[in-house]
Amino acid sequence: MTEKRDITLNINGCDHAIRVEPRRTLVDAIRDDCGQTGTHIGCEHGVCGACTVILDGEAVRSCLMFAVQAQGKKIRTVEGLSDGATLHPLQAAFIRHHGLQCGFCTPGFLMLAVNALEREPDIGDEELLDLLASNLCRCTGYQNIIAAVRAAADEMRRAGAPA
Amino acid sequence: MTHDHPTPPTAAERKVLGHPVPRIEDRPLVTGHGRYAGDVSFPHQLHMRIVRSSHAHARIVTVDTAAARAHPGVVAVWTADDIADLPPIDFRDPSAEALKPYRQPVLARGRVRYVGDPVAAVFAEDPYVAEDAAELVGVVVEPLPVLMDAHALGEFDHGRVSEPTVIRHSFGDIDAAFANAHAIVELELTCGRHSGVPMETRGAIGRYDAARDVLELHGAAKVPHRNKDTLVRMLKRKPHGIHLFEGATGGGFGIRGELYPEDVLVLLAAMRLGRPVKWIEDRREHLMSANHSRHQHHRVRAAVDAEGRLLGMEDEFFHDQGAYVRTHGARVVGRTMSMLTGPYRVGAYRAVGHFRLTNKTPAATYRAPGRYEGTFVRERLMDAIAERLGIDRIELRRRNLIPGAEMPFTVAFDEPGAEELILDSGDYPALLDKALTHFKWDAVSADARRRRAAGEAVGTGIALFVEESGRGPADGARISVDTDGMVEVVTGGASVGQGFATAMAQICAEALGVDYARVRVVHGRTDRIAHGIGAHAARATVMTGGAVNETALALRAKALQFAAELLQTPSDMLDIVDGVVRRKDRDGGPSITLGAIAARVKPGAELLHGRAPGLSAEAWFHADHTVFPYGAAFAVVRVDRDTGQAIVERLMIAYDVGRAVNPMMLDGQLVGGAIQGVGGALMEEFTYDQTGEPLAVTLADYLMPTLREAPPVEVLIAEDFPSPRNPLGLKGGGEGGINAIGAVIAGAIDEAIGIPGAVTRLPVTPQRLRELLRRV
Repeated sequence: MTEKRDITLNINGCDHAIRVEPRRTLVDAIRDDCGQTGTHIGCEHGVCGACTVILDGEAVRSCLMFAVQAQGKKIRTVEGLSDGATLHPLQAAFIRHHGLQCGFCTPGFLMLAVNALEREPDIGDEELLDLLASNLCRCTGYQNIIAAVRAAADEMRRAGAPA
Repeated sequence: MTHDHPTPPTAAERKVLGHPVPRIEDRPLVTGHGRYAGDVSFPHQLHMRIVRSSHAHARIVTVDTAAARAHPGVVAVWTADDIADLPPIDFRDPSAEALKPYRQPVLARGRVRYVGDPVAAVFAEDPYVAEDAAELVGVVVEPLPVLMDAHALGEFDHGRVSEPTVIRHSFGDIDAAFANAHAIVELELTCGRHSGVPMETRGAIGRYDAARDVLELHGAAKVPHRNKDTLVRMLKRKPHGIHLFEGATGGGFGIRGELYPEDVLVLLAAMRLGRPVKWIEDRREHLMSANHSRHQHHRVRAAVDAEGRLLGMEDEFFHDQGAYVRTHGARVVGRTMSMLTGPYRVGAYRAVGHFRLTNKTPAATYRAPGRYEGTFVRERLMDAIAERLGIDRIELRRRNLIPGAEMPFTVAFDEPGAEELILDSGDYPALLDKALTHFKWDAVSADARRRRAAGEAVGTGIALFVEESGRGPADGARISVDTDGMVEVVTGGASVGQGFATAMAQICAEALGVDYARVRVVHGRTDRIAHGIGAHAARATVMTGGAVNETALALRAKALQFAAELLQTPSDMLDIVDGVVRRKDRDGGPSITLGAIAARVKPGAELLHGRAPGLSAEAWFHADHTVFPYGAAFAVVRVDRDTGQAIVERLMIAYDVGRAVNPMMLDGQLVGGAIQGVGGALMEEFTYDQTGEPLAVTLADYLMPTLREAPPVEVLIAEDFPSPRNPLGLKGGGEGGINAIGAVIAGAIDEAIGIPGAVTRLPVTPQRLRELLRRV
């Protein structure tokens, strides 16, 4: 069970060759083996969503997967959202709308919402609220998170709309 | 001594102080570059895993560590015997001698007293290995009877009862008040056991720098300087031999940053084992070992005259402290009773608080400690008095509010040592009126009546409250400008995610005359400044903000003096705007940047003429008295009769904060606090079975509000009464949002289900609400 395996994790377009036990969770591998500590661990039982990453176009809880299961897949984390110094519209909206306080849950919310808005730019408001209700935040009371995501959705729709 | 400061300018007359500017903390946090405890690692570090008691109360027979020690990758396994020289976790402030025997040992000695009590510590090369080995530690115990109800007295130790102390606060002739009462209204109320539960669990990384003989604790929060003092005492080190470091903090809410056994263990292990030691708590551990809070049973009664005026209030309560007395001593009991009368004038008062131990996770402060509980009790009582006398609940409250003309208002207690409250400023009735108008209380109440007549179970609630903040005595700051014009503010404050750096940068920028984005704020580092008040009891903005203001003003004077000499212009004709010193009276003309001044006053510079080099200053802010913000909360709640779910449709907080440093951040504090309050009112509870087994040890059992349980919260920020106790007029903003939420939701549920006084216990879970509905 504890014999280590060689795997390669592709995170934000970079390959990380690592050697892990089969039982090692994806989030531990992302953070400790690949050094991408922007993805956070809030509960390790799939409730809080702080560890949400995008795996081949699906938002997943990286505490509920083993690292070996992510071999050969494309992983996106919060570190890959901005384009150099230019923030992703959702990152900028979180700042503008005060959608974060301690910031611990923020990467999870960002990845959850980015994935939804990329897949379904015209997502309905109720559907969006249902989606955002799957992660926990303890500081903001959520209303500024909703405001930020709505604002970014509008902006992304405008940017994506044919001229 | 109190001296009154003049009324400070409003935001409109200021450039950055009082404005809702974006936070300087945010960019690293949205890009994944925050450095939380879990992100701190050192080369060759070991990982610690705690073996915890699975019994609520038992005598330890043996702890067998042989198998764990033999496990590959394990470096050491400690039990109480290995740290016999360590004292228990000490109190932060000097505390009553009677409490000392009830402190928590770093590792359980002789007995375990709650499920989760640390029994052994495993140190290994890898966290997975440490966890494997922890399962190999054999703990043999002999179960003892468990005490799960704070109403009952038991034995803590041989000859020591489970009640470390009883605290009393009183004033006036309470017996006469009850003898002369037109009516006596009596209630039994319980506030449930819940807590802050920040999204980041606790973490501690110990490191020993043998070259300098310095022990470092990373992952510190809330009160790094105070904890350093405690650690110096406990570990018998010199003050320069321990330093604490705070990184990004994933929520505090009063519970993070207290000194816990794990903090002491990583330090001791780092020194003894010669390698850095990292400990990151898992969520299950957090829910059974980080401080719980709030659990109190009250028997309260009021004596009122025919008009509903409060002749007397009497309260006896039982505070369920859990297994040990932690760093605060009996502070929460004291704050509960000193703040219980809140915004009302009460003729006579007597409160008796029983500080009782049980076999549960120990308790301490959680955001608005003693006030969330006390406001629930007081406002339930006000609703009950209104019902009994047939007086409108708003009118009853108005009759009892301390009038603005009587400010400052002193609440003094008879007991020696019971600190008096001097409510510094405000007009409670005026804020109530303003809030009623803003909420459209009459229309909202009428709408709720219509909906009830149509068969819906919907009701409105109101609760009034007073908060406390900015407790002194003093805090200092040091500010310097480098040759690039970057400003560094060194504080002894702490950031628990509340935007501390932005608030301090705004205060500094306003006073000095620079762009707040050019201000870097240092906090939570004991190696940078010797004194620090930390972030607790809404102190940070008031106390550290006061210190930053004083220091920035001193630095401004110094910069203007140097500039006057350099520009050959009298300093009173100069101003500092966006980091540039220029003439006040006209555009153009000679000017110089602060960075250039800093370059001209380097050591050895001719300009100095014997003065100390560098563009820097250090100053202190002293405060003799706490300041008291205050507010009102309103709610509309609908009850689903089938499921028993209470749905909060609307919440409003009206809050007079004196002066807001950043209204956007204050709004965030109030809204976030309010939603935490909803959790405590309806969902969150640490439950136990009769053997003391905790039943809420995952986030699937301990339910916190998601977006779907979080109603929209409206905020009415008033700045009508800046505090006369500090030059910026500030009052704290961290705890006002949560204070009255249990109270206001209880009142709204009563009205929704048409049973006055129905809610006597928080949280009002669907199960409890269904029981109440069955009584109809």
